[in-house]
Amino acid sequence: MLEYIVSKYNFWAYVILLLIGLYAMVGKKNLVKKLIGMNIFQSAVILFYISIGVKKGGATVPIFLGDAHAAHGHGHALIDVASYINPLPHVLMLTAIVVSIATTGVALAVLILIFRRYKTLELDEIMKIRKDTGV
Amino acid sequence: MATHFAVMVIVIPLMSALLTPVIGWWKKELCYPWAVAVLLVTVVCSIGVLNQVITGGPFSYYLGGWSPPWGIEYAIDYLNAFVLIIISFVALTVGIYSKKSVQKEMPEKVVPFYTLFLLLVTGLFGIVVTGDLFNVFVFLEIGALSCYALIAIGRDGAPFAAFRYIIMGTIGASFYLIGVGYLYMATGSLNMHDVAQLLPELYDSKVVLTAGIFMVVGISIEMALYPLHAWAPNAYADAPSTVSALIAPLMTKVAAYLMIRVMFTVFKPSFFIETIPVTTVLTWMAAVAIVLGSIYAIAQTDLKKMLSYSVVAQIGYIALGIGLANRYGLTGAVLHILNEALTKGCVFLVAGAIVYKMGACNIYDFKNLYRKMPFTMSAFLIGAFSMVGIPPTCGFFSKIYLIMGAIDAGKWIFVAVLLFSSILNVVYFFRVIQIATFEKPMPDYGRDKAYESVRMDEVPLSMLIPIQVMAVGILLAGIFSSKIISTAIQFVIPVGF
Repeated sequence: MLEYIVSKYNFWAYVILLLIGLYAMVGKKNLVKKLIGMNIFQSAVILFYISIGVKKGGATVPIFLGDAHAAHGHGHALIDVASYINPLPHVLMLTAIVVSIATTGVALAVLILIFRRYKTLELDEIMKIRKDTGV
Repeated sequence: MATHFAVMVIVIPLMSALLTPVIGWWKKELCYPWAVAVLLVTVVCSIGVLNQVITGGPFSYYLGGWSPPWGIEYAIDYLNAFVLIIISFVALTVGIYSKKSVQKEMPEKVVPFYTLFLLLVTGLFGIVVTGDLFNVFVFLEIGALSCYALIAIGRDGAPFAAFRYIIMGTIGASFYLIGVGYLYMATGSLNMHDVAQLLPELYDSKVVLTAGIFMVVGISIEMALYPLHAWAPNAYADAPSTVSALIAPLMTKVAAYLMIRVMFTVFKPSFFIETIPVTTVLTWMAAVAIVLGSIYAIAQTDLKKMLSYSVVAQIGYIALGIGLANRYGLTGAVLHILNEALTKGCVFLVAGAIVYKMGACNIYDFKNLYRKMPFTMSAFLIGAFSMVGIPPTCGFFSKIYLIMGAIDAGKWIFVAVLLFSSILNVVYFFRVIQIATFEKPMPDYGRDKAYESVRMDEVPLSMLIPIQVMAVGILLAGIFSSKIISTAIQFVIPVGF
């Protein structure tokens, strides 16, 4: 059992982070904590993607160093895919990081608006004000 | 140029959105004609795309000439082209309508409004056009981010509704992203058609199973399907009128499109019917959505809030059609995407017009409204007819197809649900019409002077014409529904149904 957990530790880490984030988003009463939960949640997804690009057995960064054969147009067979980690998930996550930052930015701006309106960021207090004013 | 229509539909609104602040910085008044011109061009492009599909069949566009599965492919078939036309048409109509409403509701935010408007339209177009699973996520977030910002501009309480939408929308999009990640792990590809070819051998794999469930749940959140709908009513009701009229008809429908795409193109239909019974769950969730959404709508006194709950109920129809997963059901679902876009567009534009004139839209303040705004309320009447399903409005035809689908599947309970929901729709729509048409303010006998006479007080033409266009669109879509089905929708149905 322990071996099973250790051998797939990247997935366990991602699932635990995902659940922490989800719990914070659903369970926490403070809106900023919800936002932090959202960030943890998104980071979990990003780490998951990055971990699936990894290859065991000495794979390195995918920088093609070039060789004599490649220069003459016969290089295709010489690129050993197994010796490079898969760069695609990493590139995808660059986009996801940008999305995550933009979401955080918008959410923080919206939180400022909420604070100006209700003078608090506690969910239950806001709900009480909303109930009292009938919004 | 004609071959590039598929990509122009994305590039033109995206680049124009980035140019809008510059134009607004130069002359603020130019933003409106600029946005309308851009939307007009996108309508032309989407008609070009549809024309290309009808004459030459489905085609793909390789972005930058990189062939799939390496490059991003824009795969256009009948479904894309059909939804593309709906989006561009509704966006143009709402764009024309927006002028006065935006001036009244957010005079100092005209420039950001049109920038975000165009970005939102870009996002919606992108989700529909692209044939790449990750690209869908990117466009989903472009659309959603501009949507959050647009909602937050709205009336009192809008920022809070926007924040809830941010949280839920992010969970939905991230679930979808996790699903895509699992599919990538299993197949090593992100191209929809490539994945569709590689997947059938892997249907026993737990990874693919998890991927399917994550994607369906994620899209259900974006779609506001019943138990996951909590963000939608407040967000739609509190947003500025123009924004509600844009996102309520389009945002959830595009998610519904994505659901069809994932369930019937990326996966084989049999996967979701036999391997995991997603379709069964979906139909039951949809049935609950239809009934409870309508009941919640009856309980509302605010017109926009009522219509927002109606969106939740109507999404149930589409989900039911998808879940039935037979020829009639799916035809009904796709036709209902069109109907919902037109009908919800129409009634939300009317709600915007009422807000423009009265400042709010509490249903009990609508007394004598029919005499004050006869043209606007006539359009509302047509929208209500379509919602209830009275021929020849288009709502009748999609409901007929859904009912035939339910009969075909032998699920009589859903026939009952569909018919019952029509009665519920009658209750909440005709209540509005009854107050607006027949109820007069209580006579005040203690007063000496007579009633003030009710004068016609219509909204400006720039708002009235888009409302009427939508209303006529509802009728035309109903009258020509068999033509629409025979030209486009029948090709959407996957082989074997």
